[in-house]
Amino acid sequence: MSVLTPGFADPVLDAQAIFRAVLEAMSRPGRIQRAGAGLQPPAPMMPSAAAVLLTLADSGTTLWQDAGEDAAAWLRFHCGAPFADAPGEAAFVLATGAPPSVAALNAGTEEEPERGATLIVQVAALEEGAGWRLTGPGIEREHRLAVTGLPPDFVAAWARNRARFPRGVDVILCAGERLAALPRTVAIAEG
Amino acid sequence: MSPVMEGYNFAYLDEATKRMLRRAILKAVAIPGHQIPFGAREMPLPYGWGTGGIQVTAAILGPSDTLKVIDQGADDTTNAVSIRRFFTRVAGVATTERTSEATIIQTRHRIPEQALREDQVIVYQVPQPEPLSRLEPRRAETKRLHSLADYGLMHVRLYEDIARYGHIAKAYDYPVMVNGRYLMAPSPIPAFDNPKMDRMPALQLFGAGREKRIYAVPPYTEVKSLDFEDHPFRPIRAPHACALCGSRESYLDEVITDDRGGRLFVCSDTDYCSGRVALREAAE
Repeated sequence: MSVLTPGFADPVLDAQAIFRAVLEAMSRPGRIQRAGAGLQPPAPMMPSAAAVLLTLADSGTTLWQDAGEDAAAWLRFHCGAPFADAPGEAAFVLATGAPPSVAALNAGTEEEPERGATLIVQVAALEEGAGWRLTGPGIEREHRLAVTGLPPDFVAAWARNRARFPRGVDVILCAGERLAALPRTVAIAEG
Repeated sequence: MSPVMEGYNFAYLDEATKRMLRRAILKAVAIPGHQIPFGAREMPLPYGWGTGGIQVTAAILGPSDTLKVIDQGADDTTNAVSIRRFFTRVAGVATTERTSEATIIQTRHRIPEQALREDQVIVYQVPQPEPLSRLEPRRAETKRLHSLADYGLMHVRLYEDIARYGHIAKAYDYPVMVNGRYLMAPSPIPAFDNPKMDRMPALQLFGAGREKRIYAVPPYTEVKSLDFEDHPFRPIRAPHACALCGSRESYLDEVITDDRGGRLFVCSDTDYCSGRVALREAAE
């Protein structure tokens, strides 16, 4: 096993700053925020994805991840979140490779849609101003977001995820030290 | 300004509590208008004094924020002063009375007159988050009604007002539909303020401490006051000008000045009013 790298340098204020970035991302879907500068999580985990989990996951949330043994050890030490056996049982799902289908994750219930999972997907690149046209709550007219590295059927799967509102899964897209969010309300039209 | 107190975590709450609050806030933003239960903590002031709003503020607040707290529009009333002092003592954050300078505005029962911006967050203190509570006391039942989007009860309640009084006699906590899906209590803000919630550029967060619920309205989200085609929603305002600044647009408080029937109307938003008075004095 490799040496365990540190988590946040300042667990209180760093978590607050990352939370505000995620809150801003979730409130304004498609706007890119910076998160995770200075973090060196074990590969293939990216700094932004690691920062999100350090901020939100703990012993009260189940976690599923596909990032391998080193990442599992890192997350176990820094977050203390219990690992779920399958993505469908987890509150937070970290996908560093091909993400599990949105339909396979916990979408909550009609009465308690807040139990729907948060899917953290690592992608190759995020760029504002081109690509998808996003509309919905949090967006004045339209936000554009280009995402490189998602499976080709993601947009179709997302439309089905959105159609079952208020049930659904919320997605945080991470690329290096950048992140953007897709709350279940957002509509995606391809460029 | 009081010094930062030793021995407390930043912004009073422990980190596990903040994470729980933050997860609830994120889901609240993702499901606009839906009430999310959370484990409200005991705060160093009693329920009813804004413990829900304080916990939401504590979960989002950072050292670079500037906090404004208003109580019925005023920065200088007991509740506002004590909450502002609480956060200067446990978080050392800057505070302001100016709406334009604030990054976080915690409010009890008003929305500032000045339009809020994208870089601001407004946190409402909520006594009763369930808009159907007076019509259906069972929580299990109201949860079911929300899941079915069955809001007939509220329409009947408003209709009964029209049958009895000729108009909808609800002047505050006037129910709204958020993003066309969830019926939401806007907290006891005057109905006059309801239109400000619609497509507001700022993020709106709501915290109810005693009732242990958090909900949210993301920026630029449709918030529609319930009404009927033949009885459209009308924001109510006292038909006077402010006695101090002369505004005919702002929401007014009635102030009794003596025991012989003397009274005057002044802006409830003290920052808006003093800003206008200062402008007028500068012009003279």
